[in-house]
Amino acid sequence: MAHEETVYDALTNAHDDAGHWAFGTGFDDPLAGVDTTVPDGVDPADLGVYCLMLGDDALVLAQRLTEWMTNAPELEEEVAFGNIALDLLGQARLLLARAGSTGVLGRSRTLATGSIPDEDALAYFRDADEFRNTALVEAPNGDFAQTMIRLLVATTVRLAVFARLRGSRDPVLAAIAAKGVHELTYHRDHAARWVLRLGDGTAESSRRARAGAAAVWPLTAELFTATDVEARLTTLGVAVDPVDVRDEVRGVLTTVLERATLTVPAWPAETPPRGRQGVHGPELADLLATLQGLARQHPAATW
Amino acid sequence: MSAPSLDRPTAPDEKALQDQFDATLAADHRIEPRDWMPEGYRKTLIRQVAQHAHSEIIGMQPEGDWLLAAPSLRRKAVLLAKVQDEAGHGLYLYSAAETLGADRADLTDKLIEGTQKYSSIFNYPTLTYADVGVIGWLVDGAAICNQVPLCRSSYGPYARAMIRVCKEESFHQRQGYELLMTMMRGTDEQRAMVQDAVDRWWWPSLMMFGPPDDDSPNTAQSMAWGIKRHTNDELRQRFVDMSVPQAEVLGVTLPDPELCYDAATGHHRFGQLDWDEFKRVIAGDGPMNAVRIARRRAARDDNAWVVEAATAYAEKHGA
Repeated sequence: MAHEETVYDALTNAHDDAGHWAFGTGFDDPLAGVDTTVPDGVDPADLGVYCLMLGDDALVLAQRLTEWMTNAPELEEEVAFGNIALDLLGQARLLLARAGSTGVLGRSRTLATGSIPDEDALAYFRDADEFRNTALVEAPNGDFAQTMIRLLVATTVRLAVFARLRGSRDPVLAAIAAKGVHELTYHRDHAARWVLRLGDGTAESSRRARAGAAAVWPLTAELFTATDVEARLTTLGVAVDPVDVRDEVRGVLTTVLERATLTVPAWPAETPPRGRQGVHGPELADLLATLQGLARQHPAATW
Repeated sequence: MSAPSLDRPTAPDEKALQDQFDATLAADHRIEPRDWMPEGYRKTLIRQVAQHAHSEIIGMQPEGDWLLAAPSLRRKAVLLAKVQDEAGHGLYLYSAAETLGADRADLTDKLIEGTQKYSSIFNYPTLTYADVGVIGWLVDGAAICNQVPLCRSSYGPYARAMIRVCKEESFHQRQGYELLMTMMRGTDEQRAMVQDAVDRWWWPSLMMFGPPDDDSPNTAQSMAWGIKRHTNDELRQRFVDMSVPQAEVLGVTLPDPELCYDAATGHHRFGQLDWDEFKRVIAGDGPMNAVRIARRRAARDDNAWVVEAATAYAEKHGA
């Protein structure tokens, strides 16, 4: 019985061994021990806003993918959705913490109490107009085909950006990107494999994949236009101008869709980057109401 | 005296096979998938393993309902990892059942059609975030009490799956307890939430050990087969004895006025469980039975076209 009891009895004295917690679920500030000094010549406000853009994309997409949990077509997909959402959530936590370290907290700090860490102040106590994510990630999931097409597009763009950000002059951003590249390579591969199966599967799945692409493609209109912040930070070697990844992204997507025997929809005319500037549809407000409701109901609570 | 015919090997008769099976059990060795086993053993195990797998999958839902609303990003990550682990447990367990000749899709159909059961505990709703912590502490705790002895199950694939499942479950339990400790150090509202959740989950957790021994017809055979190691009441008693000091450390009251330590036996005495409620919930009349099954049904039916597409693609491309 000795083995049986040790498993359970460890409970009440199990609070001193942080090494047992799963990665990303420990108590530490995600940037604990990291030098967060902003590089010379870089405006901390610009760097913070840029981190919000990348962090909000990850947070919002993670939330959308999490909606699939307990609803996925197969148990293997429950695990995959969970994995991808966890990776993106991990990226979001690092990026929001990095934004907080530059002092970019917007109105969140007027609502969140002092015991709430920056990453949570930013995730839970900003309104939609302070979110900097693109329209691509906030759109509802649609069916499994649309979800996978969106995931393919979002991870292709993000992987292309992160691959370049590994050389960022901000060492924190470079480190986050270096870690993220491995994760995003898997995410993109997972999505691409599904797009192949669906596009070249049955007549029904092919029809749905085409409809998914038709719904997702217009959301790429704002992806390749730089904001002023991105333009300034690109000049300083900190950020990536999204126009620089456009050809690569379109090339990858075209390859995957063609192999999936799908027609590549026409690329939409490019528009200003509204999402990056805080302009969003009602879907984001709904998503945030769910995400933030409990935390805002108890602003003095610790979790 | 003639030599045995070479073209017609004499299969060992059933008696010899049964003797070998019995000897394996008596020596406390494992039965493996290719070993001969009595049909009753196989059927009982499939039922037990499938019921366990279903419980993992249905068990994703009560806590999964808080995934989108978890109140911090760290809590969201912890919960997402946990719900994902449960899907993984379901996968190992369905695989263990498949080594006995069962088929996952068929077992899933049986779950949805209601011909196979899952743990009654998952038919209760999760009303506040404290429920997430209490499920970790009490429900996963009770599951561990039930499951740790199964790491010594006589059936090899199940025993090995249980070792991994138990390690992860004990991790979940600690995370749940840690959430409750954090909430108890928080606001008055949070402390009230924790107590309320304990009040609602305590009795259903005790019911997780199944009916009392004198009303558990399968226990004796299952123990003889080595696929159950302790009786329901023994495990329930152990769980109560373990939980009482943990409740004290946490600062919550367990909702049982009859709960008291009996120095003579070294155990805690506790009140009578509401077995009528247990039977109602098992029979499908719990608060959330219909919702839980409807979710599984929708996941299967609404996405059947995805599975068909994957199958068609694999056939086309020989993958």
